Amino acid sequence: MEQKNKYSIIVPTYNERLNIALIVYLIFKHLRSRDVDFEIIVVDDGSPDGTQEVVKQLQKLYGEDHILLRPRPKKLGLGTAYIHGLKHASGNFVVIMDADLSHHPKYLPSFIKKQLETGASIVTGTRYSKGGGVHGWNLMRKLTSRGANVLAQTLLWPGVSDLTGSFRLYRKSVLEDVISSCVSKGYVFQMEMIVRASREGYHIEEVPITFVDRVFGSSKLGGSEIVEYLKGLVYLLVTT
Amino acid sequence: MKHVLKIFSLLLVISALWIGLLQASIMPQSHTWLLPIYFIVSLGCYGLLMVGVGLMRFPTCPQEALLLQQDIAEAKGFLKQSGVDVGCK
Repeated sequence: MEQKNKYSIIVPTYNERLNIALIVYLIFKHLRSRDVDFEIIVVDDGSPDGTQEVVKQLQKLYGEDHILLRPRPKKLGLGTAYIHGLKHASGNFVVIMDADLSHHPKYLPSFIKKQLETGASIVTGTRYSKGGGVHGWNLMRKLTSRGANVLAQTLLWPGVSDLTGSFRLYRKSVLEDVISSCVSKGYVFQMEMIVRASREGYHIEEVPITFVDRVFGSSKLGGSEIVEYLKGLVYLLVTT
Repeated sequence: MKHVLKIFSLLLVISALWIGLLQASIMPQSHTWLLPIYFIVSLGCYGLLMVGVGLMRFPTCPQEALLLQQDIAEAKGFLKQSGVDVGCK
């Protein structure tokens, strides 16, 4: 039985009026030519900068069947943004990615290809393997990242090299299953998702991706994030 | 089995081995008593080594930033033409 695959790409946004337009253009650039059936679901949390207006312009350009705007009244968190997007997803596969261009849509074909080749339930992007990489991190940031990774690998034996990455392709049914049991917030949520999926025995594959940190704007990694991370690790250690 | 239980049973096995060594007196008692310390210190050193090696071999991709800028320029050009507000940032 030949089943045509459809990919629902969920992009949570908050104040990404410029980046959302760029990302949509790049997604179309890399998927349209490959005869891939997809839709982009923009979950905007009431951005005051006019992100939704830009999305509406994009809808006029690319069609409302390809770009779905499903906003929420205010910032309600990443996990619930995915759940909200999932409700409107008509594809049998779901891609989650960031709107700030740190995740480049040019990797979408390699995610899709990997899944088709291996039949995996989840394909996750890794920044730490050969072929992957990061740009825009200073030494301190790299050290924190590497230290965090070694700690997580030692404690959790997760089976993936990049735990906090959020550029992933899920089989829709698998995402629905895993997301229902996750309670964390922020990037610990991403960790919880992949660790729980690993514990459940889902087939997980990795593809190398490059990560260019925040083209516009700045990302933060301070003491409170580190504490949150450690708490998240202990929580995952004990509950998964 | 919960992951923490797996770790717990691993530690239990290691402890049993250690107690066994203490009982069997294959090596001098003074050395055997210090084994757990050696174990923890080696684990710590291994961890630091992994961090250091990983840091040295950390994959970077400076060319990606350039490619991204090109992609952004291309996107802005197309979108501006098509009437999408890409502003100036």
